[in-house]
Amino acid sequence: MSMHTSHRRRFGVTSAGLLGLAVLAIVLPFGLNAGQLTTATFVLIAAIGALGLNVLTGYTGQISLGHAFFLAVGAYTAGVLGGNDHLTALIWLPAAGVVAALCGALVGPTALRLRGLYLAIVTIGLVFIGQHIWFNVPAISGGPGGRSFPAVAFGPFDFSAGQQLTIGGLVIDHNGLYYYLALIILAAAMLFVWNLVRGRPGRAMQAVRDREIAAAIMGVDLARTKMSAFVISSFLTGVSGALYASYLSFATPGQWSVLLSVQYVAAIIVGGIGTVWGALLGSIVIFALPAVLQSLIPQSSSGGLPIDDLTSIAYGVLIIVFFVLEPHGIVGLGRRVASLWSRIGLRPGKGGGLSQEAQSIENRSEATWAG
Amino acid sequence: MTAFLQLLFQGVALGCIYALVALGFTVVYRASKVINFAQGSLLLVGAYLVSFLATDLNLPFVAAVVGAIALLATGGAVFQMTVLRRMLGQPVFVLVMITIGLSIVIDSSIPAIFGGNARILGDPWGASAVHVGGVTLNWVRIWTVVCTGLILALYFAFDRFSRYGLAMRATAADEEAALAVGVPVRRVYALTWAIAGGVAAVGGLFLAGFPSSVNPSLGDVALRAFPAIILGGLDSPPGAVVGGITIGIVEVMSSGYAPGWLGNDFSSVAPYVVMILVLLSRPYGLFGTRPVERV
Repeated sequence: MSMHTSHRRRFGVTSAGLLGLAVLAIVLPFGLNAGQLTTATFVLIAAIGALGLNVLTGYTGQISLGHAFFLAVGAYTAGVLGGNDHLTALIWLPAAGVVAALCGALVGPTALRLRGLYLAIVTIGLVFIGQHIWFNVPAISGGPGGRSFPAVAFGPFDFSAGQQLTIGGLVIDHNGLYYYLALIILAAAMLFVWNLVRGRPGRAMQAVRDREIAAAIMGVDLARTKMSAFVISSFLTGVSGALYASYLSFATPGQWSVLLSVQYVAAIIVGGIGTVWGALLGSIVIFALPAVLQSLIPQSSSGGLPIDDLTSIAYGVLIIVFFVLEPHGIVGLGRRVASLWSRIGLRPGKGGGLSQEAQSIENRSEATWAG
Repeated sequence: MTAFLQLLFQGVALGCIYALVALGFTVVYRASKVINFAQGSLLLVGAYLVSFLATDLNLPFVAAVVGAIALLATGGAVFQMTVLRRMLGQPVFVLVMITIGLSIVIDSSIPAIFGGNARILGDPWGASAVHVGGVTLNWVRIWTVVCTGLILALYFAFDRFSRYGLAMRATAADEEAALAVGVPVRRVYALTWAIAGGVAAVGGLFLAGFPSSVNPSLGDVALRAFPAIILGGLDSPPGAVVGGITIGIVEVMSSGYAPGWLGNDFSSVAPYVVMILVLLSRPYGLFGTRPVERV
């Protein structure tokens, strides 16, 4: 009986927390200036892609540094269908996901042969081969000089710069429109992944990650599981890439580099590998940090050093310091806070549960990276 | 035929640089299973250190090179002892992320300190060359091959015959067993980083030689060396050498012979194409060890 009430109470706390978070996400644009809103929008768009990477790397254990390639495939699908063929966003946005997913299905089989870091480096190869194509096929990418990308527009909604939407006295500008679109897609994607990882396919993925051979012996179809992880991951990433390019409105082939992939990997590790929220938390840290640092460092105090370099140096130092102090990422940080809370009697029992989760993360990481 | 020999020579010289980069990767990887994403940045530091010591401080070139090797080896060991040593027992990917953080710091510090423009290396060779039967042998490339050969010989002798070489191999084989029989595993880790730093100084110096220069994008070579380490097998130093030279030859040959329909600059992706083809038939590279898995 008491367990039942405590479970119900915790469920109540969770849904209240989610509701509060949703309200916060909805009102947030009205409290931010244009620059901050742009950063927040990029974070949400990136979080969709990071969630895709977490399905592949976090839940299925297939380390990929090829994320930039799938982002680019999504972006250029949007560019070709929306920009060259003038189709509506209702077509090019899903199509970006589908084309990226098809590429994922082509790459997936290599994961059946390769393990761990070998797969990671082959996927780096994917980024280089992709960049070679982008640089050499101007029909897709506009060549080395880059190309423009279409703004999202369907029905009465036009997301181009300068446009705005007025709903009952509230004015939502171009940045705000992208923010809400990204928020809706991200929420849907999180719900989808949340359900996926708790169902049969998701359990199969996690079994493959933890002990591939054991999973195969228990009857998990390795080929099917890895392929579906690649396909789902690439779909989300393609959509993210299309939104990203559309919001940027212009991109050059050089942007889809290994560094971009590395940032996504950093995001899911910082946020929490194999967690649904980790993708968003990590994206906030990795993709908002440079902008935050830039605004914190006053132009005058840079002592003659270029401000961009100074920002990057601070960014790198923070990554090192963060991992030295808190190797379990934000999940580990949350665990500490939770155990502190439970020690002062605010939320009994919560700390133990989280620490177990962190424990399993530690165990699985061994299997993931040591290959 | 002379064109072929010319390309072959250039390929071997480039391959030697890849071999040095790959050796730095595998030495660290073999001991600690950490892919050091900062290896390219160490190369960058090496090139700038040589250039700084030789041109700004006007040291003799040999002294500048020796100084750069010593400084970078010390730097590598100090980084391992002060930062990575605290992370003993932590998941490997956390250490990998720290090396990525280090590479971001270094890659942005270099232009912040020295400016974004190219610098001169201060080497005595420049573009000078000898001609043998129509083939142009640049002195800097000849020295690349000679020095790489010397360093590799030194490394393999050290690995095979010295106490610490034995300790490195023991740690690579089984860290826990090595600890149990009294191998100073912590010192081995610091040593691998010192070797990675020292080797990077030499690699960086030759990378910046003719026709290149000392510039902030030199570190990118590490990404191009990935096919070399993978081709040879991540945990095999001899594999690093074979992989490095193979990839160097593949890259230069494809710059000379690739047909036009493959697009501009196909030579930069050719190593990756070769790597993927090799891996599909041999998933652990040519010399890598296939891990035994327990269920």
